Amino acid sequence: MIRQFLLVAALALPVAGEGGGTLRLCLRSEPRSLHPLEAAEESSETVRYLTAGVLVRINRQTQRAEPELARSWKITDGGRRITFQLREGIQFSDGSPFGAQDVVYTFAELASDELRSPAADAFRTAPGRVSAKALSEASVTILLPAPVAGLERLFDAVAILPRAGRSLDRSVLGPFRISQHQPGSFILLERNPHYWKKDSSGRKLPYLDAVRLDIQQNREIEMLRFRRGEIHMINKLDPELFERLAAEEPGSAFNAGPSMEPEQMWFNQANGSPLPEYKRAWFGSRNFRNAISHSIRRQDLARIAFLGRAAAAAGPVSEANQYWFNRQLKPRQHDPKLAKRLLVSDGFRWQGSKLVDRGGHPVQFSIITNSGNKTRAKMAALIQQDLGEIGIDVRITPLDFPSLIERISRTFQYDACLLGLVNVDLDPNGQMNVWLSSSGNHQWNPNQKSPATAWEAEIDHLMRSQAATLDPERRKKHFDKVQRIVWEQEPFLYLVYKNALAAAAPSLRNFKPVAMFPQGFWNADQIVVSSTVAQSRR
Amino acid sequence: MSLAQRIAWLLIAVIVTAAALASWIVPASYDRQFRDEIQAPPSKAHPLGTDELGRDRLSRLLHGTQVSLLLAPAAAFLATLLAALAGTLAGWRGGWLDHALESVCDLTMSLPWMFLLLTVRAALPLDVAPMTSVAITFFLLGALGWAGPARVVRAGARALRDSDYMLMARAQGYRGWRLPVWHLLPGLRPVLTAQFWTSVPLFILAEANLSLLGLGVVEPMPSWGGLLKEMESLPAIGRNPWILAPAVVLLMTLASLYVLMGAKEEEA
Repeated sequence: MIRQFLLVAALALPVAGEGGGTLRLCLRSEPRSLHPLEAAEESSETVRYLTAGVLVRINRQTQRAEPELARSWKITDGGRRITFQLREGIQFSDGSPFGAQDVVYTFAELASDELRSPAADAFRTAPGRVSAKALSEASVTILLPAPVAGLERLFDAVAILPRAGRSLDRSVLGPFRISQHQPGSFILLERNPHYWKKDSSGRKLPYLDAVRLDIQQNREIEMLRFRRGEIHMINKLDPELFERLAAEEPGSAFNAGPSMEPEQMWFNQANGSPLPEYKRAWFGSRNFRNAISHSIRRQDLARIAFLGRAAAAAGPVSEANQYWFNRQLKPRQHDPKLAKRLLVSDGFRWQGSKLVDRGGHPVQFSIITNSGNKTRAKMAALIQQDLGEIGIDVRITPLDFPSLIERISRTFQYDACLLGLVNVDLDPNGQMNVWLSSSGNHQWNPNQKSPATAWEAEIDHLMRSQAATLDPERRKKHFDKVQRIVWEQEPFLYLVYKNALAAAAPSLRNFKPVAMFPQGFWNADQIVVSSTVAQSRR
Repeated sequence: MSLAQRIAWLLIAVIVTAAALASWIVPASYDRQFRDEIQAPPSKAHPLGTDELGRDRLSRLLHGTQVSLLLAPAAAFLATLLAALAGTLAGWRGGWLDHALESVCDLTMSLPWMFLLLTVRAALPLDVAPMTSVAITFFLLGALGWAGPARVVRAGARALRDSDYMLMARAQGYRGWRLPVWHLLPGLRPVLTAQFWTSVPLFILAEANLSLLGLGVVEPMPSWGGLLKEMESLPAIGRNPWILAPAVVLLMTLASLYVLMGAKEEEA
């Protein structure tokens, strides 16, 4: 037994005196921001996860909140106040000490209107500001304007910054820090020499010497590089590539089961968008959105685009999230007759086989999606044909990721968008930044001063209420209602939930993919690249 | 007419006729998805099988041939025309005009065209019709692809400018624009022809890559470039060798045209 244990330990850890190697993987786009509080899309989140330290970390395997920079915490005042006892002796990567003042500074930044941090939305359960106060060098209390349920989990998304005057790049508390950044090419992260964590044998973490994130939009090339041994991991694998890898190198393909990440489509309803009035009227109509939804064959999307490695989606919560999923909701069925009735009730009619609105405008719109994603391109083509059957002319426009983000978040020059969403927590509070109408991630109509519609006002109210109550049943009831409203109104047309598919080289040790972001490297500080296996593979 | 030329004519005739009669040869539309027959092998209903969305590969190949066979040579013609104008002028006149045109060529070739193309994409409406998008793409390729060929043409023009037959033309009293147009340009025809045929496959492949920027041939319209992208995966070719069909047709077309153009040169 002891011999077996030693063998496992020897396989899992680098030999004493040796480094853990350089882990290489790809980002699908250039991070939009390297400021850890501004991270809003996957590439930025990846860099944040690998470099930032947080007070509390949600263990991606157990789904439980675990102490990180905070040794312990206590929630008081009915959920309005949380007091953290910080670990002592921790240093930032530049050697400067970490203390309560850094937490106070972080929360001052988080509350800043200039920054508009997506992480801040989860704390905005009521009007008012979040404030932090240092009680001592190792103790800090955070006061919220209203109670927040599951409060401690929100701190997983709040990267602790060094107090004013120190470099954000060089002073981090996570396992790695940015060493080199060639925009559009790669980001090299080096081991944080002052990282505080140690393994069970007392050895300093992380094992890895460095992480190299190559920016590579094309997934075929990413796969080619994986097969050549140039990268060690593909965190999210397309179903087609997964099938191919599973057939050729079964030991390198991993299926972690249904993920929490939906593929969804939405119409542009932004107040400041330059859309013509008649298109605004279409996209703002619930009947129109429901008709589009009923015209899409979700089962075909899952079967053809995802080769069966996905399931039709009903709403914003995956069935895999067993507690929070509203089981009364079912994915909308393909029903072109119902779709036509809904369109007729809104004044649409057919001229020949083409659908026109009451003003005679042909119903034609474009769907933008990120280029280089073959699965999404297939989804778009399937949707194009489905909608063509009811006389809608859909144009598909793949765009490079920065251009797409520019259009959906700044210029609002688009009709509809097909994209995926990254859920970082099972708890509904993790989705506050999507559902609050004031949020920048409220994609169909972001940054509203006051809710544009009655149902958005109701969602705002319900999301704040669920966050403010500590009674789990009431929270569930409120969030079920949010899901019901979203299902009825369909600001997002949820299409499928894909499986979490990943690829890992045999040279990786401690690779334990999970369904939640960041699937493959949630335990990056414990991953090891074995040089012997890497060489033999080549 | 040699045997090679006869075969070349036959192949071109077959390919052009098949492309022109695409809708008659394959009743299935190029965008119709047979969703219960995805990635189907060749059969009577689908002689080249179906793609990953269940679309008939033969129909897509023939319709893609229409698009690429018309527009890639048009773009190559535009690039060659611009190259002929700039290269001949620079090589013939020499002096400051030569320096200026050479600098423009250098500048054109060193500019980051990716950013220009991104700007063009940003300026275009998103709901541009697929055929318009295709036409814009090939126009851009033609308008941007002249600089390299222009340098080759310029070198040829400089060499011919001082040749004996140009001296003879001058001695016979030819002056002004007649010299380059009647005597120099015909001498540059082999160079221009070579540049034209080199550009055609380059533009076909460039079109496929431009789809990454949201330009190029967009779904559901097929093109050779788009069809060739299916060959990115070697294992897929091993399993479904019929996906090589677009590459075979492209090679046959280019080889045939090369043989025929070579014959014309010999006749000239």
